[in-house]
Amino acid sequence: MSLKWRKWSPVRTLRAAAFVSAAMFVSAPALAQTITAVMSSGLRVMDPVMSSAAITNTHGYMIYDTLLGTDANHKVQPQMAEKWQVSADGTTYTFTLRNGLRFHDGAPVKAEDCVASIKRWGAQDVMGQVLMGLVTNMKVVDDKTFQIVVKQPTSIVLSALAKIGTRTPFMMPKRIADTPPSQPIKEYVGSGPFKFVASEFKPGLKVVYEKHKDYVPRSEPASWTAGGKVVYVDRVEWVTMPDSLTAANALLNHEVDFIEVMSYDLLPMFEGRKDIKVEILDKLGLWTYYRFNFLYPPFNNKLIRQAAMYAVGQLDVLKALAGDPKYYKTCVAVFGCGTPYASSYGEAMLIRANIEKAKQLLKEAKYDGTPVVILHPTDISSVSTQPVVIADALRKAGFKVDLQSMDWQTVTTRRASKKPPAEGGWNIHPTNGPLVGISDPLRNQAVGTNGSRAWFGWPDFPEIEALRARFAITSDQAELKKIAEEIQKAVIDEGVVVPLGQFVVPSGYSTKLTDVLESPVRVFWNIKKGK
Amino acid sequence: MTGKVEEPLAPSAFGHLRRTLTSAPVLIALTILGIAILIALLAPFLGTGDPIAIHPGERLKRVSGAHWLGTDAFGRDVYSRVMYGARISLLVGLGAALASVTLGLFIGVIAGYFRMLDSIVMRVMDGIMAIPGILLAIALVTVSGASLMTVVVAITIPEIPRVVRLVRSVILTIRDEPYVEAAIALGTPSPALLLRHMVPNTVAPLMVQGTFVFASAMLTEAAMSFLGVGLPPEFPSWGNIMAEGRIYFQLLPGLILYAGLFLALTVLSVNVVGDAMRDALDPRMARKL
Amino acid sequence: MTTVPVVGTVALVVFAILRLTPGDPAAIIAGDSATTEQLEQIRVHLGLDKPMHVQFFLWLLQILRGDLGVSLISGVPVSGMILDRMGPTLALSTTIILFSVIVAIPLGVIAAWRQGTVLDRSVTAFSVLGFSVPVFVNGYLLILLFSISLGWLPVQGYKPLTDGFLPFFVRLILPTLALSTAYIALIARITRTSILEVMGEDYIRTARAKGLKENAVLLRHALRNAAVPIVTIIGVGIAHLIGGVVVTESVFNLPGLGRLVVEAVLARDYPVIQGLILLFSFVNILINLLVDVIYTVIDPRIRY
Repeated sequence: MSLKWRKWSPVRTLRAAAFVSAAMFVSAPALAQTITAVMSSGLRVMDPVMSSAAITNTHGYMIYDTLLGTDANHKVQPQMAEKWQVSADGTTYTFTLRNGLRFHDGAPVKAEDCVASIKRWGAQDVMGQVLMGLVTNMKVVDDKTFQIVVKQPTSIVLSALAKIGTRTPFMMPKRIADTPPSQPIKEYVGSGPFKFVASEFKPGLKVVYEKHKDYVPRSEPASWTAGGKVVYVDRVEWVTMPDSLTAANALLNHEVDFIEVMSYDLLPMFEGRKDIKVEILDKLGLWTYYRFNFLYPPFNNKLIRQAAMYAVGQLDVLKALAGDPKYYKTCVAVFGCGTPYASSYGEAMLIRANIEKAKQLLKEAKYDGTPVVILHPTDISSVSTQPVVIADALRKAGFKVDLQSMDWQTVTTRRASKKPPAEGGWNIHPTNGPLVGISDPLRNQAVGTNGSRAWFGWPDFPEIEALRARFAITSDQAELKKIAEEIQKAVIDEGVVVPLGQFVVPSGYSTKLTDVLESPVRVFWNIKKGK
Repeated sequence: MTGKVEEPLAPSAFGHLRRTLTSAPVLIALTILGIAILIALLAPFLGTGDPIAIHPGERLKRVSGAHWLGTDAFGRDVYSRVMYGARISLLVGLGAALASVTLGLFIGVIAGYFRMLDSIVMRVMDGIMAIPGILLAIALVTVSGASLMTVVVAITIPEIPRVVRLVRSVILTIRDEPYVEAAIALGTPSPALLLRHMVPNTVAPLMVQGTFVFASAMLTEAAMSFLGVGLPPEFPSWGNIMAEGRIYFQLLPGLILYAGLFLALTVLSVNVVGDAMRDALDPRMARKL
Repeated sequence: MTTVPVVGTVALVVFAILRLTPGDPAAIIAGDSATTEQLEQIRVHLGLDKPMHVQFFLWLLQILRGDLGVSLISGVPVSGMILDRMGPTLALSTTIILFSVIVAIPLGVIAAWRQGTVLDRSVTAFSVLGFSVPVFVNGYLLILLFSISLGWLPVQGYKPLTDGFLPFFVRLILPTLALSTAYIALIARITRTSILEVMGEDYIRTARAKGLKENAVLLRHALRNAAVPIVTIIGVGIAHLIGGVVVTESVFNLPGLGRLVVEAVLARDYPVIQGLILLFSFVNILINLLVDVIYTVIDPRIRY
């Protein structure tokens, strides 16, 4: 629906006059080339080790660099590292840094910075913790070289350091990396392709980055987080817009250049516009899922969990969430479809709603009407839909449902509560996460089943933990695949985590921007801005 | 003493009241309100389906035979939601109006009549007025979770100070009247004094204030839903239908406009009636803030 | 004066409510993949594990030193955040009040002057109409008309005065229009009723008897005497403005205090919320004082 205003000249004259006078009063246009981007959320927390928030991680990729990168073929590539050597017995890794690496304050990057950064990150990140559990020693050999020694051969040294997604092992100056992991860093200096402009930072509103002129990019073409990170603009400004309709209008009006996450339903506003491109930049996308609370009834009962799993259909959830089939696909793989360890076990149960079977299982389990508390965040659109659909499905199957609405912040606190659902706990928590973060049993937090120390829901299945431990020390690809398949089966049968499908999110940007990189993380190098 | 008060209801005022209430705009407003109440009461019989049943396969459909006003982002029937929405919206309005008027009356009488408590009560009212209502509303909803009760309470509390002021000023004016002094001298007990002489005088201004709170509450509920701290989706109200449908404004404006039409007409009517009542009963009421 | 107890009560009440809310800032800082242990560590670091009264006491001491503390979430000083965001809210509030008063008072006077006529009824109805629609709908309608269809005004954003007057002003037009309708309705109605009331007074009859023309009567005598309740409602309305400002700032992407309030409450960023409450209390008190001063100017009978 658009109103067209035709040939009335007074309007045009007035408009022209307004623009001319505006031009007179506006300060001289900045000669710096700036990309203005509306990002998915406001940046408030600046510590990518302490926080696993996606926006914090994206910020990390702007101002920090990584030792290793991952390319579009999921392969580990060097980034800050010039090369690495592995000892014959597979336990000692020696990394050598490239020449010319400098931090934003001018200091050269040294091996000790890397060791300190890895230690800090390893204390907090789930994959890093597995790595550090296998590490016996990390030592600085000289300014450009350091070693990591592990107990036994494992592929995790490289894959952890090349990790892409949340909680990336960014390299920071030693003095900053020495901050204890539970305390936030206070200085934001890195060696990445952009510099953080602290004087213009407004938490939750605006972040300004400038090109790091002393950055030495690699010579290979950019591919995900590997290759040369060449910056072709002077500034990148991130702005937060709370209203998605306003953001869409702002892009239409060329008041911003880039919108990281476009609402699916607003895409028709951009149809046929030659000046705006809508593209899926993260082709892997996100997966959505829900967790049972294993500590309390009714979901401490396997049959009742399965009843719920039969009742909820992925198709219903995905249709409500993303609308157009172009943007979603059903997928039951807990490591993600389209990844090396994908599996289709569970399709019969999860993809289509099977209310009859659910009712049957409930009867068999002698469900006594214990209410199911579902946490429903109302203020974030990518997680506010799933609970409503799940509630509807469970009600149809005969569950008694208590859909509790609250803001996301309250959800994040309540899900951490181990109290009974009636006293501030919960039974079902739906959410979503990036697909890159789940592609194997070690980096996927959701398949951790070590009881009270596991992620929220606290499933306790020592068999699955044993499988994960085996995975960590196996190198044979075929064997790894087999273990992953076994984990998938166990996870689905027990309902450790229930996949609700995958979806991709389109970004929108002005066609003034070219060479925008496709990648699971949003990166701003490689982009050129025309007139 | 018969307890009849001399304040505004002189014989000519009744005539004025009757004339005002039967003027064209007011009659139209009352009709609209009547229709809204009927819709609320008769919602299940108006050809509606289930307002909260979702049908993900039928999202965002336009007006059709099956869905008289189309469907929303969850595939829910908009017509059913708007009809049932009358119930919740009117309940929110009524609830906030009654609660604020009752509580305000109680507190205002205490403040006006008992000189010793006046100071403290007014300071507390000042304190409440200093907190932005929306902040209070968000905080309350996050403490107790989103429910019809919490939302009504959250909307009511910021409205109380104004009612208190209104009541208090009426009480203060009357307190010094000679016939009241006479009544006290005659030994009339305080409760009787309050009930027979003072409270009746507050009825008129309270009714007017009540209508304004009614209207304002329905709009505030919409704003709260807009900010994500409004009623949960199982309770369709005109306010939250509009808030939920807002991003489709330029593509499927009906989602906002149908509910918006009902809301606007109802709010407008309530305001017109309230204005008319105020004009009729006592133009001097405007001063009593 | 009574300022301190009022502010003190407010601070205490808000502090209590907030600390009772479920939800803690540690969870938002830690993000999605945090474990319960990590949350606890962060909580300790932020000082949130101490008992409530200890936290309150520490905060009071801080305030008395003039230090509003730092944001729990981003670590940035609260006073800095508030100063940063004050500009847009101040600008918006000022333009709304000015615009509303300039439009509403004449409307109210006209309606009173022509009381009972179609003009009176339509002015009243028109002013109430804008008041009957939620602010965000107003906002979207204005954007659709003036920004997208006509292309006259930008959709969103805020530029400070230092960037030039026109860029600053142009971006305030639509938000002001969106929110003013409610305020105009309020002021116009009160103006009308006040004037009607005053018109029945003796000195008006005297002025007419003296042969003064009707508009002189209206403007010189009636308006001045009717001013008190009008000024009161303007003052009262300012306190209610913040609610509408929050929504307007969201729709038009103005980086003001309204949005900060919502964000801070949703994130349980206690120091920011506490700082904002103090600010609002002071502003409220200031406005009440200002209104009282204006009373003495308008109506010499009022003395303190």
